[in-house]
Amino acid sequence: MTNHWVDIKNADLILVMGGNPAEAHPCGFKWAIEAKKTRKAKLVVVDPRFNRTASVADFYAPLRSGSDIAFLGGVINYLIANDKIHKDYVKAYTNASFLVDPGFKFSDGLFSGYNEEKRSYDKGSWSYQLDKDGYAKIDESWQDPNCVWQLMKAHYARYTPEMVAKVCGTPKESFLKVCEYIAETAAPNKTMTSLYALGWTEHSVGSQNIRCMAMIQLLLGNMGMAGGGINALRGHSNVQGITDFALYAQQLPGYLAAPTDADKDIKSFLEKKTTKALRPGQMNFYQNFPKWYVSLQKAWWGDAATKDNGFAFDYMPKLAGASDVLSIFDQMYQGKINGFLCQGFNPLASVANKKKVSDALAKLKYMVVMDPLATDTSEFWKPYGEFNEVDPAKIPTEVFRLPTSLFAETAGSFTNSGRVILWRWKAAEPPGDAKDDTEIMATLFLKLKEMYAKDGGAFAEPIQKLTWAYRIPNKPSPEELMMEYNGKALADVVDPKDATKVLVKAGDQLPSFAMLRDDGTTTCGNWIYCGVWSQAGNNSARRDNSDPSGLGQTLNWGFAWPVNRRILYNRASADPSGKPWDPKRTVLRWTGKVWGGNDIPDMRPDAAPEENVMPFIMNPEGVARLFARDLMAEGPFPEHYEPFETPLEANPMHPQNPKAKSNPAARVYKGDMEAFGNAKDFPYVATTYRLTEHFHFWTKQSLVNAIMQPEHFVEIGEELAKEKGIAAGDRVKVRSNRGFIKAVAVVTKRIKAFDIDGKKVHTVGIPIHFGFKGATKPGFITNTLTPFVGDANTQTPEYKAFLVNIEKA
Amino acid sequence: MNVTRRQFFRICTAGLGGSSIAMMGFSPNAALAEVRTFKLTRATETRNTCPYCSVSCGVLIYSSGDKSKNAHAEIIHIEGDPDNPVNRGTLCPKGAGLRDMVQSANRLKWPEVREAGASEWKKISWNEAFDRIAKHMKADRDANFMVQNKDGLTVNRWTSTAFLASSAAPNEAGYLTVKTIRALGMTSIDTQARI
Ligand code: SF4
Repeated sequence: MTNHWVDIKNADLILVMGGNPAEAHPCGFKWAIEAKKTRKAKLVVVDPRFNRTASVADFYAPLRSGSDIAFLGGVINYLIANDKIHKDYVKAYTNASFLVDPGFKFSDGLFSGYNEEKRSYDKGSWSYQLDKDGYAKIDESWQDPNCVWQLMKAHYARYTPEMVAKVCGTPKESFLKVCEYIAETAAPNKTMTSLYALGWTEHSVGSQNIRCMAMIQLLLGNMGMAGGGINALRGHSNVQGITDFALYAQQLPGYLAAPTDADKDIKSFLEKKTTKALRPGQMNFYQNFPKWYVSLQKAWWGDAATKDNGFAFDYMPKLAGASDVLSIFDQMYQGKINGFLCQGFNPLASVANKKKVSDALAKLKYMVVMDPLATDTSEFWKPYGEFNEVDPAKIPTEVFRLPTSLFAETAGSFTNSGRVILWRWKAAEPPGDAKDDTEIMATLFLKLKEMYAKDGGAFAEPIQKLTWAYRIPNKPSPEELMMEYNGKALADVVDPKDATKVLVKAGDQLPSFAMLRDDGTTTCGNWIYCGVWSQAGNNSARRDNSDPSGLGQTLNWGFAWPVNRRILYNRASADPSGKPWDPKRTVLRWTGKVWGGNDIPDMRPDAAPEENVMPFIMNPEGVARLFARDLMAEGPFPEHYEPFETPLEANPMHPQNPKAKSNPAARVYKGDMEAFGNAKDFPYVATTYRLTEHFHFWTKQSLVNAIMQPEHFVEIGEELAKEKGIAAGDRVKVRSNRGFIKAVAVVTKRIKAFDIDGKKVHTVGIPIHFGFKGATKPGFITNTLTPFVGDANTQTPEYKAFLVNIEKA
Repeated sequence: MNVTRRQFFRICTAGLGGSSIAMMGFSPNAALAEVRTFKLTRATETRNTCPYCSVSCGVLIYSSGDKSKNAHAEIIHIEGDPDNPVNRGTLCPKGAGLRDMVQSANRLKWPEVREAGASEWKKISWNEAFDRIAKHMKADRDANFMVQNKDGLTVNRWTSTAFLASSAAPNEAGYLTVKTIRALGMTSIDTQARI
């Protein structure tokens, strides 16, 4: 989230699209209800199903699953055509006036530079025109045909209300009504908050769904404002924290890019990552990359990381290429992965195409499951009738299952989706011999370290030299770990302007990332968390919930990253002269000497408005990007592409170009393309989702949840039920080209057929929570059905739009 | 006697050290008329966070016992934390059922192994588990660790053992995990964040 849960109460309009918080995030959703009650805010829902959130909305508009960009592109067109733009904001705080390389083109669904064979783009022309000093050229009048404003206007002019109706199946009047609601928040003192979740991310165009909304929020001037922003509701309680700590391949803690084969030494690596400002006088915060990166190497390898060895740059493994859950299972499927450690994750149930995942696991030599519960994954080798048809004798994988503690049995911090880090205390011991994840990881690591010391083996230096100053070596405490990733000074940190002034004494915990240095005198395991354990102690354990601003900022409750800031880009909540756009909801204002207000400034505290330092400090432009340059895989402007399994023959936006049918830059593995089904055999659009009583594949293990939702079901509309002779309560079989599931049919008015360009399209809704292990009735795994293809940028699988057929079982 | 709820609980818990009890959904006046003391007044209250969705609601966990060394603490009740500014004491049906998760019949209690081709689990000791897993890891790492790529660039990576990490683990476990697996050279890493 750019904002936070309580801030939703400050909105004038709550647009829920790509999520269903009344069902999936009930206790956070109450802030939407609060806004309705106290501010007379409106709640608008756009979704394929008339869901729980829609049932309390002021307005609901249906759309076909997988057509969000067509809808949002239509909104952009509406705002431009009807002059519902917050002009002063867009002028000052976005790249609308920037001039783009004349080589940049868009024709028949493809941007310039497409390579069909590689399914990717040469992005050379997706850039700005630069002047002799390397700054982007701009045209303040927005008249130049190559300026971002003109290019954007032309790009979205094709997204007419008629086109939206044709692609999305949304009635034209409903679409226009939603546009009117949204357009009202172009007023400087009105805000819309966008709430979304996996309904946007789980598409082959997931990232561009979100980008498209970000563009809308910029055009309306809603970023940085109280009650505004782009708010990812997110999944697990600590999905934000685990993402921040980069438990994935492409990045290191704090979103630092991990080195790859293109990086030969630390010098060239740091130079490449240190961005140069694209406009004069901007903060260009990524210029500090070397300070963050060197401090991480120092946190991990301490004295062994010296200036002379490039701060042990070679100890950090270099990324080989794609590495994400889909590519990992594809590699495993090809027999290229021998071992697999699985920590609190149930991939057999949660990754696309269960059959492929199961076959992949059967090719492993060893697998280690660390989990508090007996998961489906840990028993992938065990037959459970038709729910899991396998022959153990044919599966040679050695499987270890290690019992771990649950939340109530460990201390430590979680970070919620509003980026607030909050400490938790331990209430009881775990059952039996179960251990904490930290003890398991530490013991395993120390065992390997000992074996390497005794017997030698492949490159053991990074193992032997890893810092390990924990009081009980096999049980690092959460307090020690938090202090470590916060970071400390190894030598006195002095003021860069006055070397006699010591800012932090050697040995002290660092108060903020502003103190990090690139000369090896500071350590920090995650720069964005710096400050969470300062000399003042554990700031995530602060429990003062007072809220003098009335905005719900609660600055002394826990600690938000970065530097306890609650609303990102908050400098943009004030006009260029420093006056709040809406004084009633002041987040920040210029006091004459410094920035003050109700949040930690997202700006140099003493940057006077006349200095023209712009609010989007992480961007070298200083402003936000309506045109994304080369930063997205499939283009600088979001474009509608059909899901990989679509009920349509062609992309209605580009009926003549089969290359532009589905995301041209999405990665498809050999064998998976063939496993896509077509509309002839599988005529219905399926979409998967969550229920309020269940959390993923976890709560089926808990008795009370199993009592509330005991059995797998699928939802279909009355019309389809009639066509197929299915009555409520019948058992049905749902098939995709990858397998089938059986479940109970729920026949509902909540799902209606769409009219897509004269063709009737039905939707089948499938909850995900069931499986063959747990306290519920045993069920099939929903992801038996889903396709093995993901978003072109994040590789999040396309769970929300694929094709099935349905019949009475 | 008119007391606020908080005063009421302070009275109830006087002399019980650090523990206190919180809202139970009925008025203090009526509660004071009760003869027997409530189980919760003898319970230890611990502040924690619901582990399910990322609203991350604050919870109060009540366990029997006072956390002293030899006392077995058993969780007897979990409810919303009224001090938490996000959930303000509320919990959804998932959070309200948390005790059944902690006490799920499917909680794992000891390490087990399923041998190649076997059709059942076998209980093993932690020592045996760590020994055997570490041997597998070392053998695979030593056989497949890549020091240099084909262009002679130092890459120091180990791709043939993969790691999927939990998004329900606390930050500190996540940090130790990423630190150790990167030190081992692993790059086939991902988490639930994408799903
Ligand atoms: S109680 Fe419900 S809303 Fe709150 S964190 Fe848990 S699952 Fe989410």
